[in-house]
Formats: sequence, C-alpha cells, structure tokens
Amino acid sequence: MSFLELNKVTKIYPNGTKAVHETSMNVENGEFMVFVGPSGCGKSTLLRMIAGLEDITEGYINLDGILINKVDPSDRDVAMVFQNYALYPHMNVYNNLAYGLKNRGISKEDIEKKVNEAAKLLQISEYLQRKPSMLSGGQRQRVAMGRAIVRSPKIFLFDEPLSNLDAKLRIQMRLEIKKLQQKVGVTSIFVTHDQVEAMTLADRLAVINNGLIEQLGTPIEIYNNPKSMFVAGFIGSPQMNFLEGELKNKTLTSEGFEINNVTSDFNGPVILGIRPEHMSQTDKGLINLSVDLVEQLGSDNLIYGEIKNKKDFCFRCPGSQIIKKGSKLSLNINDNNYYVFDKSNGNRVN
Amino acid sequence: MKIKFSQILAHIVLILGVLLMVIPIWLSFASSTHDTVTILKEGMQFGLGDQLTRNYNEVLNEKGGWSEEVTAAKMFINSFIMALGIATLKVIISAMSAYALVYFRFKFAVPIFWLIFITLLVPLEVRIFPSYKIVSDLGLTNSYTGLVLPLVASATATFFFRQFYKTIPDELLESAKLDGANSWRFFIDFLVPLSKTMIAAMFIFMFVYGYSQYLWPLIMTTSEEYWTVVMGMKIIFTESYEGVALPRTAERFAYIILSMIPPVLVVVFLQKWFIKGLIQTEK
Ligand SMILES: Nc1ncnc2c1ncn2[C@@H]1O[C@H](COP(=O)(O)OP(=O)(O)OP(=O)(O)O)[C@@H](O)[C@H]1O
Ligand SMILES: [Mg+2]
Repeated sequence: MSFLELNKVTKIYPNGTKAVHETSMNVENGEFMVFVGPSGCGKSTLLRMIAGLEDITEGYINLDGILINKVDPSDRDVAMVFQNYALYPHMNVYNNLAYGLKNRGISKEDIEKKVNEAAKLLQISEYLQRKPSMLSGGQRQRVAMGRAIVRSPKIFLFDEPLSNLDAKLRIQMRLEIKKLQQKVGVTSIFVTHDQVEAMTLADRLAVINNGLIEQLGTPIEIYNNPKSMFVAGFIGSPQMNFLEGELKNKTLTSEGFEINNVTSDFNGPVILGIRPEHMSQTDKGLINLSVDLVEQLGSDNLIYGEIKNKKDFCFRCPGSQIIKKGSKLSLNINDNNYYVFDKSNGNRVN
Repeated sequence: MKIKFSQILAHIVLILGVLLMVIPIWLSFASSTHDTVTILKEGMQFGLGDQLTRNYNEVLNEKGGWSEEVTAAKMFINSFIMALGIATLKVIISAMSAYALVYFRFKFAVPIFWLIFITLLVPLEVRIFPSYKIVSDLGLTNSYTGLVLPLVASATATFFFRQFYKTIPDELLESAKLDGANSWRFFIDFLVPLSKTMIAAMFIFMFVYGYSQYLWPLIMTTSEEYWTVVMGMKIIFTESYEGVALPRTAERFAYIILSMIPPVLVVVFLQKWFIKGLIQTEK
C-alpha cells in the first residue's frame, strides 16, 4: 500500500464544471511528486481535495493507510503553501509558525524549540519578531515554508508557491525547496505550470490536461518517452517541433523528406515530433533549414527557420557555432530521436 | 513654497466646519459659568463668568427628583452602564452574526441577511410599544437589562462586519483550518484581531447611540434609580417661582458640559486603537 493513494477521484463543482476526471495515482513515502499542466487543467483542484479544502465528488483518497474522504482538513495532518502565502497578517513570524503547534496542544517549550529549529533551517531567525507586511517576497515565501515544516506534517502540498517571485529568486527558491525536501524527507506534492520547475523538482511528474493525467513518470522518462503529443509539447524547452506527415508501410513522408523503417504499423496522417536538441548539422542531411532568426543564449544558440511549408522550426546548437541569418543548414536527426503521433487523437504510434 | 488656492480653500472650509462644531460647545461652557439671571436676561454668553465653581458644585451635589435622591452623578453612571452594555453587546452580536452569514454556507443565508438589513427601517421608536410590552411581560422594567436588551441587535454593524469579512482572502481561512483552527478559533484568533479597527469604530458609534437614548429609558423607567442623562436634562434643576417651574439655566449648562465627559473619554481612549489600526496596513 502506498503512502498516498488516489482512486478514481472525480471532482464536479456545484456549477457543473468537471475539473478532475477519475484520477488514480499513488505517491510513495518521501517522494516529491509534481503536478504540471496548463492553466485550468485541475491541478489546484486535485491538490485541494487532498488537503480537504474541496469535497471529493467521487472516488476515494487514502493517506498513510487512512481513508480521508470525510476527515476534516485540520485532522488530516497536511500542510499547504499557497501561491499568495496566506501568512497571518496580524501575527509576527514567530506566531505564524507557532500557531499550528499551539492548536495541537504542544507545550510552550517544545513550540519554541521547533520554531527556532525551523527558523534556523530557513534562515528566518532574524525576522521572528516581524509582521509579514515587513518582509520581502522571498522572506515571506520562507515563512510560508517554515509554517509548513514546523508541524512535521505527513505531507507537504505546494500550490504554485514560486509564481509570485522574480525570475532569479524563483530559481534560488526552487533549489532550496528541493534541498529542504531531501533533508526533511517529507512526502511532497508540488503544483506548477512551469515545466522547468516541474522537471527540476520532481522525483515523479504527473502531466495533467483537462482534468486527466496524461502521463505519470520520472521527468526523464517523460522527456524521452512522451505518450502523447500534448505531453511531448508541454515537456521540454524550447518546445518540440511538430510537422505534418503521412505514414505508410513504415515510411514517413513529411515536408520534403522521408524517413524509412519507422517502428510502427500505423498507416495514415501523422504528426512528426522532433526536439530542437535532437538534431545536428551534416553535409547531406534530411532536413533543409533556411535560417530566419538566431537567438544567442551564450551556452546555446536557438536557430529558427523555415523548412518547406513549416515556419519557426527550431534547432538548437552549441553557442560556439556561428550561424548567420539567411544561411541554409542541412540537419540530421540524431539516433532516430523522433516521435510519431496519430494526427487524429495525438497518441504516440512509434 | 507655493500654497495652492485649492489648499487655502480646503482649509477655510475645514476651519468653518470646526467652528460650527466648537462654538455651541463653547457657548454652553461659557454660559455655565454665569448665573441664571444673566443668561435669562442677556441670552447665552460668549465670555467667561464667575459662577463656575458654584454651578458645578450645585450640579454634582444636588439631589433631585421627587424623592430628592437622584444625583447627576448617578444619572451619568446609569447612562454609562446602559451605553456600555448596548455598545458591547451590539458589537459582539453583530460580529458573530456577520461571521455566521459570511462563513457558514447554510440555506437562506442571503434572505436572512436582507431580513436583518430591512430592520434598519424599523428603529426602536417605531416598535416601541410592542418592545415595551415584551420587556414588561418579562418583568424587566426598571432594570439595566431592560434598558439594554431591546437595543442590542444592530443591522448597521452586522452589515459593516459582513462587508469587512468578505474582503478577507479565503486562503487565510483555509490556511488556518490546516493549522488546526476550528470555527471558533478562527473567529477569535483571526477575525477579531483583524477587525480591531472596525470594532473600535463600531463601539464608539454604538456607545454614543446608547448614551443619547431618551424615549426608551423614559418609557422603561418609573423608578428614579434608573434615570439617564438625557432624561435628567429635562427633569432636574427646575425652580418653583410663583407656582411655575422655571429652569435653572446656568446649572443646566454645567450639567450638559459634564454629561459630555463619558462619551468623550470613550472616544479618546478608543481613538488610539482606531488610529493604530488605520496606520498599520495589515492586509
Ligand atoms: N469554485 C469553483 N467553482 C466552479 N468551477 C471551478 C471552481 N474552481 C475552479 N473551477 C474550475 O475548475 C477547473 C480547474 O481549476 P483549477 O483551479 O484546479 O485549475 P489549475 O490547474 O489550478 O489552474 P491554474 O494553473 O490557473 O491555477 C477550471 O476550469 C476552473 O474554472
Ligand atoms: Mg491553480
């Protein structure tokens, strides 16, 4: 039995919106699970059902061997970090951290010990006497984390906690959250719509679309082996290139080139997916790209151009390679690293 | 530094407003330092007279009423108790009912709110006979409970608290829930401290409202023991002159000035909270 089990969990809001469809998954003890997906796909809803902030319309949720469908949020022993932090504005940082402990009837000395430990871990010891309104965004973020950690809950739930921070701080906090989770070892679920955050934080990743889990796996599994066009397009940056084509007797024809011996028995219209980083320049390559735009990131160059009818085709090469706008490139796909999807439903067929 | 015309205008308006408020009070105070004859002959006085100690001594020490037992101090205390009771209970009851209306999803919450709101149209004066009947059936005439109880529900305060609670983000409640706070704790630990300012403001308004009640105590009380300030203003400090009761105007002015002290104290005391709440933006 897993630590957290979701079994055919469904959420229908009173107004009839079906936000989550029969979702089942298991999260193991100590695991860092990330829910990723576009806005409105039901990530928050799923998380809030685990926290007990939304009723579960159908299905059941088990936490640590206990059916929690009807358990009050205050008795579930879960901690949540909200996007806007939801710090208690009238309490100082110390009391923000201590509040949950006080409600659990822990002695004053123990509370002080725990709060000080958590504050030290998050480097907020200096601010313990301040009100949240006197803290910077990053400091508030830490307090919100501290409030979750100090209680040593069964599970941490994060709902896009980094999206209010500036880019630099976001990367820094991302790293700290990961380190902290490894140190504390508490099972965590992290919701985000940022695929980089998802890839870097997750032990396992659930890609959600329209209230359904499209794919569940480790970040690398999902990157290497996307099961659908949606997942393929969502994970990976810059985005995978999609080309229209036709598959017939294991031969794929697309935008002026052909690929033979495709490992698929599918026949019909398909979408060919190629990641920008899975190509390299050769003499007589498969794909002929006329360059429109070069983005120099320093370490890498992103080359955008046209192949036959397809505009904005992206190719990624090391930053040392100098490529001029207007030049023509000849590209090959490395190690057959391409993906073929059924055009009608987006499912992977190779 | 250039002073803008609009600023000057604003100040003139402000000063006029202040004068409008202060002059009657000053007139009352100045008049309370003269003797009645001067006031009756020459009208209200702007300058100070020499009767200050005498008049105020009279007011504080005189025993009036039919039984010659009621003192001004006793009436101040009565009014103070009544106003304190009304203000305290009004604030507590409205804050709690607003809490129920906003945070507990029960059927008919909205109709109930509007029902409460409609009672604004039915002030005590309109329902004074039924109210009297109820209070007297309960045997509460001539008691503080009877003075306070019919006035403790407040649609206005309920409305203001409701509007304030609605501005508090849901995440705060959710976060508190996950931290193990039940409904009661959320009210005490969050809503009350967050609405400190509101509470202070409401308390001030409601105190003044309670302090200045006239009709209700007049009907409610037959025993002089429960007379209140505003009633006293009419009843005591009269003088019999050739069979006609004449008001002792100078003492009355002194009485008016003294009667202002309790509400002023409340305002002064609570203003600290009030302003503190305004300065610290905590939300
Ligand atoms: N209280 C509600 N009542 C009705 N529908 C709701 C409610 N809350 C959310 N929804 C709907 O449910 C769907 C999923 O919402 P949810 O908040 O879970 O999305 P999300 O994946 O967290 O999106 P985001 O990344 O923008 O936060 C959306 O279509 C939303 O409109
Ligand atoms: Mg969300």
